[in-house]
Amino acid sequence: MSMAVMNMVQSINLALREEMDRDPSVVCLGEDVGVDGGVFRVTEGLLERFGKERMIDTPLAESAIVGTAIGMAMGGLRPVAEIQFMGFIYPAYQQLVSHAARMRNRTRGKISLPIVIRTPYGAGVKALEHHSESTEAVFCHIPGLKVVAPSTPLEAKGLLTSSIRDPDPVLFLEPTRSYRSLKEEVPEGEYLIPLGKARKVREGKDVTIVGWGAMMPVIQKAVDSLEKEGVSPDVLDMRTLSPMDHASIIESVKRTGRCVVVHEAPRNCGLGAEISARIMERALLSLQAPVERVTAPDITVPLPKGEHYYYISPERVVNGVKRAMSF
Amino acid sequence: MLTDDFDPLQGRMLSILDKDGNVDKGLEPKLEEERLLHAYRTMVLTRVADDKAVRLQRQGRLGAYPPSRGQEASQIGPALALEKGDWVVWAFREMGALLLRGVPLWRLYLYWMGNEEGSILEGEVKATPSAVPVGSQIPHASGISYAIKYRKEAKAVLCYFGDGATSEGDFHEGLNFAGTMRTPVVFLCQNNQYAISLPRKLQTASPTLAQKACAYGFKGILVDGNDVLALYAAAKEAVDRARRGEGPTLIESFTYRIGDHTTSDDATRYRLAEETAYWTARDPIDRFRTYLVRKGIWDGSKDKAWLEEASRLVEEEVRKAEGHAPPKVDDAFLHTYAQMPEDLKEQLEFMRGDLPSRKEG
Repeated sequence: MSMAVMNMVQSINLALREEMDRDPSVVCLGEDVGVDGGVFRVTEGLLERFGKERMIDTPLAESAIVGTAIGMAMGGLRPVAEIQFMGFIYPAYQQLVSHAARMRNRTRGKISLPIVIRTPYGAGVKALEHHSESTEAVFCHIPGLKVVAPSTPLEAKGLLTSSIRDPDPVLFLEPTRSYRSLKEEVPEGEYLIPLGKARKVREGKDVTIVGWGAMMPVIQKAVDSLEKEGVSPDVLDMRTLSPMDHASIIESVKRTGRCVVVHEAPRNCGLGAEISARIMERALLSLQAPVERVTAPDITVPLPKGEHYYYISPERVVNGVKRAMSF
Repeated sequence: MLTDDFDPLQGRMLSILDKDGNVDKGLEPKLEEERLLHAYRTMVLTRVADDKAVRLQRQGRLGAYPPSRGQEASQIGPALALEKGDWVVWAFREMGALLLRGVPLWRLYLYWMGNEEGSILEGEVKATPSAVPVGSQIPHASGISYAIKYRKEAKAVLCYFGDGATSEGDFHEGLNFAGTMRTPVVFLCQNNQYAISLPRKLQTASPTLAQKACAYGFKGILVDGNDVLALYAAAKEAVDRARRGEGPTLIESFTYRIGDHTTSDDATRYRLAEETAYWTARDPIDRFRTYLVRKGIWDGSKDKAWLEEASRLVEEEVRKAEGHAPPKVDDAFLHTYAQMPEDLKEQLEFMRGDLPSRKEG
């Protein structure tokens, strides 16, 4: 298997290309995905290789992008839809909640919808208003919908390939901030990462740090400085946000007795709340400190001049760990 | 082309069979005797099954139900133009279309009785389950028809929705997508004059709904929605156009809901009795019967016999639906994902022990 060093834009492109090569029922649709290759160039070169019937430049209509993807899946295709930014996905929310997530259940398994909805998410890139959303919790709340957030180029390839082959609808959240900032070796050819399983990033014994997506490089920086201070964190990259691998978190917290959940989404009803509740239910007597949540405050994402009031810095993660350690 | 002769922008409406059953010989579609009778029998069966559903609801044996009375031609005429393997994408007031294409009545009853097994709709056509969020099924039809075109199949999609749906964003997004991609789909708007209480004229300032097709770059036609022959003729032309790769058509079926919106509604709050009486006199079944009798292929005794047979069939289907096993707790969990996640398995295990005991399940 040959390896190449690439960023996440390239590894997602590779996963799409290989799955489209492998399975003629895989099609991509969305705004500017064809001729333009996507506003982040994630689908660059795919139009030339697969033609406009498989790289569908749709009208500018998010509900139709998800709604027609549902129809395409009912008609035997495996559509990979792109929503240009997570902040624009809300017109499609009804299609996701009322149809995509529940079609299998409604038809007792007779109609399944193998759809992937890819969308860049998250802040920290000084983007325009509505381009920095991280509202994964409102999708994780919906039974029947899977939510995946890769953290590195390699992870993105393996998770996207699995998402495309998954028989159920998957919302695939691509961390905008990590699109080009990380590079690593990614294998060409079949590479799958199972959905629903967390990744142990670092073995440690003092505190469990839980994160995903664009928070992983932030957590890594925090871990680097914590190590210098003699703290040994156990770090989990959740990869799949729904259904979440709570067992891995519980296993870790039972050993460390402390947990810090890091997410760039607002705190209220964020995934940190769910993780915290699960730990309380399953590992209460192992806890030596309350579960610490390092999250954005419950405010609208500020415009770029004030983004640093919102976005999680490595220092804030370090502070959270110290609070958990000193309780 | 009917769509050229009956331009909605000119306010013209296609009508072949008038309210008294007189046929326009020049426009009369060529339909074999057996298909005409199949359509008629299904219209009667739909009326009987529909009345039965309302009574079952009143007796507490079936949940809230949207009656079809008055819209039998509007549902069945278009579906008559389909072939095996075509798709029906529907809203919730289309029982007749599904019955015509071989979907078993007991499944539909089962759905309205509150069992998901009632959404397994297998017949000679492919059918989506109902779509209660108004208009949300329209993009599905556009997507299914895209898949048909992509796979180079000679199939078509017939997508039903109501006048209220034309105000939804999904109507615009779905028709716009299909128009842009020239997919093989027929959009059938059952304009029954009211979206619950809101009259058609307050739904849109457009003089007709059919003319909205013009904005999407394809043909639209306004059709007498209580005239099964006109609906068939318009739909046949549209389905043929779709199969030829010439894209979508919008048909406005101008009809009237004689009953309430659902069994939870009281239409007397927003409609005048005179209006309902006007439309009752334009009954789609009566005029079609007159036509068939005049054609010499139907008569009073056949009609009486079929009515009895339809009532018997309906009772049998009610028994089948009521005899269907209620869902077990596992059934409620089983189809959320293709493979049940560990976490959900734990929740199921917990629920098995935590539910108050009931006779079934």
